[in-house]
Amino acid sequence: MDTILEAVDLCKVYGNGTAANRHVDFAVRPGEIHGLVGENGAGKSTLMKIVYGEESPSSGTLLLDGRPVRFGSSRDAIAAGIGMVHQHFMLVPSLSLAENLVLGSEPRKKSGMYDLEEAVRITQSLSDKYNLKVTPRARVVDVSVSMRQKLEILKTLYRGARILILDEPTAVLTPQETDELFVELKDLRDKGHTIIFISHKLGEVFELCDRVTVMRDGAMIATHDSGDVDRQTISNEMVGREVRLTVDKKAASPGASALDVRDLSYVDDFGITMVDRVSFSLREGEVLGVVGVDGNGQSELVRILTGSAATLTGSVRKRGTDITNATPRRIRRAGIAHVAEDRMTVGTALPASIADNLLADRYSAPEYTGGGFLRRSAMAAAAGDIVKRFDIRCSSPGQPVASLSGGNMQKVVIGREFTAAADVLIVSQPTRGVDIGAIEFIHRTILSMRDAGKAILLVSSDLGEVLTLSDSLVVMHSGRIVAYFPDASAVTDKELGLFMLGVKRQDETEIRKVLHG
Amino acid sequence: MDKHLKKRGLAGKMAMFFTDRDALEPALVTLFAALFSLLAGVGLIFLVSKEPSQSVRNFLLGPFLRTYNIYYMMIAMVPLTFTGLALCIIYQSKHMSLIVDSSFYIGAVVATAIGVNLSLPAGVHPLVAMLAAGTVGGLIGLLPAILKIRWRANELVSSLMLNYVFYFVGSFVILYFLRDRNQTILSSLPFKQTFLLPRLVPNTQLHAGFIIAAAFVVLVSIFLYRTKWGFEIRLIGANQKFAAYAGLSVPTVILYSHFVSGFLGGVGGAIEMAGLYKAFIWQMNPSYAWDGVIVAMLARKNPKFVPLSAFFLAYMRVGADFMSRRGDVAFEFITLLQGMIILILASDKIVNYFKARRLKRTALATSSKSAVAAGGL
Repeated sequence: MDTILEAVDLCKVYGNGTAANRHVDFAVRPGEIHGLVGENGAGKSTLMKIVYGEESPSSGTLLLDGRPVRFGSSRDAIAAGIGMVHQHFMLVPSLSLAENLVLGSEPRKKSGMYDLEEAVRITQSLSDKYNLKVTPRARVVDVSVSMRQKLEILKTLYRGARILILDEPTAVLTPQETDELFVELKDLRDKGHTIIFISHKLGEVFELCDRVTVMRDGAMIATHDSGDVDRQTISNEMVGREVRLTVDKKAASPGASALDVRDLSYVDDFGITMVDRVSFSLREGEVLGVVGVDGNGQSELVRILTGSAATLTGSVRKRGTDITNATPRRIRRAGIAHVAEDRMTVGTALPASIADNLLADRYSAPEYTGGGFLRRSAMAAAAGDIVKRFDIRCSSPGQPVASLSGGNMQKVVIGREFTAAADVLIVSQPTRGVDIGAIEFIHRTILSMRDAGKAILLVSSDLGEVLTLSDSLVVMHSGRIVAYFPDASAVTDKELGLFMLGVKRQDETEIRKVLHG
Repeated sequence: MDKHLKKRGLAGKMAMFFTDRDALEPALVTLFAALFSLLAGVGLIFLVSKEPSQSVRNFLLGPFLRTYNIYYMMIAMVPLTFTGLALCIIYQSKHMSLIVDSSFYIGAVVATAIGVNLSLPAGVHPLVAMLAAGTVGGLIGLLPAILKIRWRANELVSSLMLNYVFYFVGSFVILYFLRDRNQTILSSLPFKQTFLLPRLVPNTQLHAGFIIAAAFVVLVSIFLYRTKWGFEIRLIGANQKFAAYAGLSVPTVILYSHFVSGFLGGVGGAIEMAGLYKAFIWQMNPSYAWDGVIVAMLARKNPKFVPLSAFFLAYMRVGADFMSRRGDVAFEFITLLQGMIILILASDKIVNYFKARRLKRTALATSSKSAVAAGGL
């Protein structure tokens, strides 16, 4: 059968030695919705970045309508009729939707001046034609995430995209918004567009896609007609072996409150209130999960708690010690460890050795420093110990962290933070982009820390992860805590979805129970 | 793994070095930069000289043909070593300040003031001058750091601008307070005899500063790799965001790294005065900072290798000087060669060429294995 887009023996190796794509063959037929699935880090995004001209392949060919093409930039790809909607939207928040839509190829009046009315008209007519409802005159900051996404799709259509790439479009949507998006996408397909849908959620792929391609570890595993294949097969292909994402978990026995957070607020550079009077208490021996659609204040809350953002109001106390707006240094000294959500830019120093990374928070302790001089043998021993305990696969602790795989890099972060002299752990996205083996290990470690009596705040955009690990849950929406569930096992996804979307909200007394008196 | 190294001793270390591609390849690239620049120099001579073979011989071999040239090289290595060490520290912290130029120059001025005005016993006199010059140099070094921390001013720009300011401040001090009015050329009053550093070899200019420089190479190596302050400097250089997250006080580290760097510059300036001159006679700023940039880059920010790269630069300088005196190629052609070295070493793509190639090979090799495994499902 004919193909509209084909990748032949495509390889991509990044500067740090990660092979993101290995001899990938991938073909898309015109007018289909093609699902591209795989774990985080399987190479889906890289493949699509190559197709969209944002990355150039290390070797291999890309065929468009059967002819080899080579895109120097996404500009070339757009000109060839390929459009991409990124996970993180590329919009100017302070401009109106219409202005964003035409940005780069603005309609002009005869006088040469910018024609705003024409932009609005174009936006409205595109919106009507493709049944993607947007309000052209509203500013991007004021509209919902799902409308921003629709605008992104319209933007690619405005630029003449025949092939649309959507990178995990549902990650930022609630279940209800997702259903709506799927109707719209099917409609687009029926109008003759080709859609590549990247996801790691199997259910969505089966619901939406005509065919599915599975990637794992940078390689192409298989392509199926979605009617001819069952979930179990795909899931096995994705992870390479049977998975059981259930962890044996003892009941929690929470003790006294270790961290008391009261009335935190944060306003970002655009003047948007990202954290709005958030209060909770974190008890020792419990995992408190924070759930919410990405961008509802979870990251900002963590940044306040760990000293990289300042709260406007309220206080943070750790067992009575006031650490409101303290520096990361003071917060660590108060006994709070922090698994940073981004291990590449914050959680590790890539060029530094594994050992230096593991001891970066404690090198000045008397065990490791005497009279200003480093005790290098003690440091090597301690680092070697953590490497062994946390099963960091490396040839030596002197090796730079940059040479490790994502999973092992994350184990360096976990290894350091979980051996720190801390009784409160703030754990952010502990398994993002990590292979399944490392995920199991990290999950077990988190639970063993809980059983050892540590107080753990878990923030993750992986809903399954939060539900598996947490003892109790808070849901954040628009910077507020909208629900508190003392027993995480008694909650369903659907129910959480309603709170995450902001449709439902518990009353104050329910929410205030998270203060534990 | 440190233990293994120790057991195997020096031979083991050497063997490790030649099998460890991460260490070997950048060294090869550096060597390539050095050899390439020499080769380019030879090519240039053939282009411009009427008697090229004689000039090439003078340039490449001249430094070793005359005993006094060998001493010249050793003398020239001293200031290069100090500014090279100073920039190693700055570069390790991933900052770009070139204020060491001022530290060196003002260090020389401070040393002049002490060498002219104070009466102290020999031995103590230059030591006091070095300490004072170092302290002032360190304080000057702090300025771009403070501007950076307080107002996020780019330290490269602010240090370059401040270098003009301090050049004129220094000239002003020499002209108005230290000038010898009996001299027709610009010169300070003569130094006291007690201020001068002893000569290592009689009837040469080789002075004790050479030994002091060698000692500082050891001290700075220890400082960077064996003390917690060096650890902190390297950590903020590796990833400043990470360092802050791990609990370091980043501003403090930036401040003291700049102070130490400036201190080294100041000491270097004082030693230059006490070792080589009878009075301050610089008509313009000798600008050793730029040479320090080349030295630090050739040494790949590691103080251990500073003597080696300082030697190489001194060798090129003395060779070019020797050649220009005896032929028709001007000394200034050396700046072309230095420029080439910087271009090569500053190019990330060239420096990491081998690594990128190797990474691609291994990355794709491991892949085919797992791809096969995947196919077997």
